[in-house]
Amino acid sequence: MKKLIIDNQEYKSRLILGTGKYKDFEETGKAVEASGCEMVTVAIRRLNIGQDKDSPSLLDVVSPEKFTILPNTAGCYTSEDAVRTCELASELLSGKMLVKLEVLSDSKTLYPNVVETLKASEILVKKGFKVMVYTTDDPVVAKELEKIGCECIMPLGSAIGSGLGIINEFNIREIVENADVPIIVDAGVGTASDACIAMELGCDGVLMNTAIACAKNPILMASAMKHAIEAGSKAYEAGRIEKTLRGVASSPKDGMITDD
Amino acid sequence: MNIILNNESDEVHDGITIEELLDDKKIHTQYIAIEINKKIIPKSSYYKHELKEGDKIEIITAIGGG
Repeated sequence: MKKLIIDNQEYKSRLILGTGKYKDFEETGKAVEASGCEMVTVAIRRLNIGQDKDSPSLLDVVSPEKFTILPNTAGCYTSEDAVRTCELASELLSGKMLVKLEVLSDSKTLYPNVVETLKASEILVKKGFKVMVYTTDDPVVAKELEKIGCECIMPLGSAIGSGLGIINEFNIREIVENADVPIIVDAGVGTASDACIAMELGCDGVLMNTAIACAKNPILMASAMKHAIEAGSKAYEAGRIEKTLRGVASSPKDGMITDD
Repeated sequence: MNIILNNESDEVHDGITIEELLDDKKIHTQYIAIEINKKIIPKSSYYKHELKEGDKIEIITAIGGG
């Protein structure tokens, strides 16, 4: 299996975990641990001024010393807002330049705004950011983002939080086959088989949040995702059989007791 | 003097530094970043950067997100 290298660091785990929507930090920490992930995403928001000074912060639970923290630009609808958010995130994380760029088109579909995403990618790459970019499953756009210099392309499986899985396997396969940078499916995973399919298609990893955080048992689902990703990854490497329209016997035809 | 702190109006004494403001508000500096009038202020300047009337201050942090 090809190594997964992002911003000069090798990752053994192919799962990137979002930290939103958990019941509390304790559950977040347990899910992160059960998933075996090495990278987690965080959102950048105004500080809740007036909160207890000694109440824990998310980064006390998922420590930057132990995990790669991937700040996102979730909620941004323009390239300007996304770039501003990335710059704040970098200051927050002591100058780290790895970011997840996500520029959305509207709050109803949460579909990526490709025009603004391309614009923001160019600006961020020029500023020296290592951009992991959330985008549509359009192979042409994916290649354009790669040409701009993005570190990693992250096409959607389906809409954010929808749980619809990978809607267009052909596009994801096309993106993977044309890529010279890691391809990570981001968004749409509903259950373990969706993550497994992403890996069977040859993706380098899967990023998910809702499928785990909103499962009835998030910690168990985190573990299921870990195994599904490992299984899919091994299956891709092993190479699946060709599909045939009719049955092909597994047992020998000769030597049957009914042979005369 | 009046400042806008995280989109809310606030009264502070003239010439207050960022460090003093953070202290007043009981804010830990470890996991935050600060922008004043859309310009990022590095942590190393908190002790000397004085706020001015009408400054728009954004203090951000990392929270759960996907």
